[in-house]
Amino acid sequence: MPLLALSSIHKRYGSNLVLDDVSLDVETGEVVAVIGRSGSGKTTLLRCINGLETIDQGSIAFDGKPLPPGGSELRELRRHIGIVFQSLNLFPHHSVERNITLGPTITNKLPLAEARKIALDVLREVDLEDKLHAYPSQLSGGQQQRVAIARALAMRPRLMLFDEITSALDPELVGEVVKVLERLATSGMTMVLVTHEMGFARRTADTLVFMHQGRIWEKGPPRELFAAPKTPELESFIRAVLDPND
Amino acid sequence: MSRDFEWPEFLFLLGALRWTVVLSLIAFVGGGIGGLVLAIARTSSHAILRWLAATYIGVMQGTPVLMQLFLAYYGLAVLTGIRIDPWPAVTLAFTMYAAAFLGEIWRGAIQAIPRQQWEAAAAIPLAPTAQLRHVILPQAFRIAIPPTVGFLVQLIKGTSIASIIGFVELTRAGQLIVNVTFQPMVVYPLVAVLYFALCWPISLVALRLERRIDAALGIKQHS
Amino acid sequence: MKYVFQFGIVWDHLPQLLEGAWLTIRLSLGAFALGFVIAMLLAFLRTAGPRPLRAAIAAYVEFIRNTPFLVQLFIIYFSLPAIGIRFEAITAALLGMSLNFSGYATEIVRSGIEAVPRSQIEAGYSLGFTRLQIFRHIIVFPALRTVYPALASQFVLLMLGSSIVAAISAEELTAITNTLQSTTFRAFEFYFVATGLYLLMAVGARLLLHAIYWAVFERARPVERGWSR
Repeated sequence: MPLLALSSIHKRYGSNLVLDDVSLDVETGEVVAVIGRSGSGKTTLLRCINGLETIDQGSIAFDGKPLPPGGSELRELRRHIGIVFQSLNLFPHHSVERNITLGPTITNKLPLAEARKIALDVLREVDLEDKLHAYPSQLSGGQQQRVAIARALAMRPRLMLFDEITSALDPELVGEVVKVLERLATSGMTMVLVTHEMGFARRTADTLVFMHQGRIWEKGPPRELFAAPKTPELESFIRAVLDPND
Repeated sequence: MSRDFEWPEFLFLLGALRWTVVLSLIAFVGGGIGGLVLAIARTSSHAILRWLAATYIGVMQGTPVLMQLFLAYYGLAVLTGIRIDPWPAVTLAFTMYAAAFLGEIWRGAIQAIPRQQWEAAAAIPLAPTAQLRHVILPQAFRIAIPPTVGFLVQLIKGTSIASIIGFVELTRAGQLIVNVTFQPMVVYPLVAVLYFALCWPISLVALRLERRIDAALGIKQHS
Repeated sequence: MKYVFQFGIVWDHLPQLLEGAWLTIRLSLGAFALGFVIAMLLAFLRTAGPRPLRAAIAAYVEFIRNTPFLVQLFIIYFSLPAIGIRFEAITAALLGMSLNFSGYATEIVRSGIEAVPRSQIEAGYSLGFTRLQIFRHIIVFPALRTVYPALASQFVLLMLGSSIVAAISAEELTAITNTLQSTTFRAFEFYFVATGLYLLMAVGARLLLHAIYWAVFERARPVERGWSR
């Protein structure tokens, strides 16, 4: 049974069909990279998975159970799904440690000492254990994103969602974040990433999903899609991404 | 027989200044509590709460404070048939007024927090009360301090209106002294100076706080 | 509750109330016009005038903003006669409202002036404009556009604040309401209706000001640097 099953998702914004009959299964341990132009619906799709956006038609099932519409049931589900946004993830008025321990102590009701141990562990996984007591404003963009990943990991999620987490970073800071993503993928985490990092997509993703005009245009192993795109839209997208001056 | 304006008269003014301060503080604290409730209602996900809070704020901000005071003092007295003491009426009117304005200020502060912070908090997940308590309100509080302090000045100046219904605060004291000394050229400017001495330092503090917040936000945006 | 509402009495006196409301509107518009002109002048001098003048204007603004409007009115209406300057109630009201408004408007306009990008002003210098020409052709319109919402709010505050001039017996809406309720003993009904009239005027003013913004300023939106989806 797939960990995440999206079936025939439709979503409208006013008269605009943002998601058009989208279906996708994600197996445990699978790494899915979603690519496409702005406006293709990829970010919206990601945000539907943990209920940040609602769908008009279709179904979303996590671990066989349908996504609750809201309230405490949705909250319960969100304990198992972590998400990292493009920016403004961290709470600027809390230290790194407090950012990470908020979830475990308040929602998982763990004692503070145990939460602190978890914080140290997850920071180690992202190579930032020396920043335990720093404040977000003292960190670089890449470090902030890594802490955001650590914070999500502290809840021991079964699925991690990433919404273009390197797009707002200065180029020299991207590498350290991608390294963490690769490590996470190797460790067997189920991941769905909306990304522009084609290198990562090609090397590490199990499945590449190309979205265009709200639909899944092509789907398959990245090597295949990159080497032989079946549709002209994917072909021109690849060319534009690899050489923007085309 | 008229008196000269001398020390006893000046001390009388100072005594009344005390009531200006007391009234302002009571309204500020009471209005602060009310304002917090209003701000949370105004930004909640329940449409009815939002509408109720917005209507209250809209009416209080769309009508003169003096009218609100008259309604609280004369209006209520006529309705209930009992003579209302100035203190409760004045306190009620200014507290309700302060609640509306502080509510608006704090709503603005809450809405200045990027949507992403709400979503990040909800995605952890944190329950709505926890989101407010640990993520949103602490940040909103910082943003709200300078305009809140600035409003205190507005409130202090506003209490001068209580003189119109005979409540003895600083302005009314000035009128009483003028009635006895026939020296409006001395008394009213002096009253103005006393208000200035009270308000201006507070205004300066608000300005300094605002500059500090702007600087802090500037730093954060660069990292 | 023993009280019996008699709004009919208010209805009978509606013409007088409206008369008062009309004075409120005229006072507000007049004070806005006068106060705005003063504010423009002071804002210009505050940014481009000689230093002692700048300090004097700053002091004036601080005085207005840190003392109650009622006290300012009393000084104009009661204190000045002692040195021979006497005003009628309405004139004193208009003067007081204008000066009070100018204190706030000067700061608002000044912040609008300072918000105009330096590069625009430098472009003016390189075209050979004098300071006054730069002010007139480059600064005024964008500055006003930026601060329009603040000025609009200040106008509504001005209009609502006009109720205070009842204290010096200028016959605007509040004063008339006071007189009527004391002669008919219908305090609640009269204050309630008068408050409603103020609310109507405030809402009407806001709508009108919105419409004016759209008509005058919307087309001149500043060029933005790029729009991420």
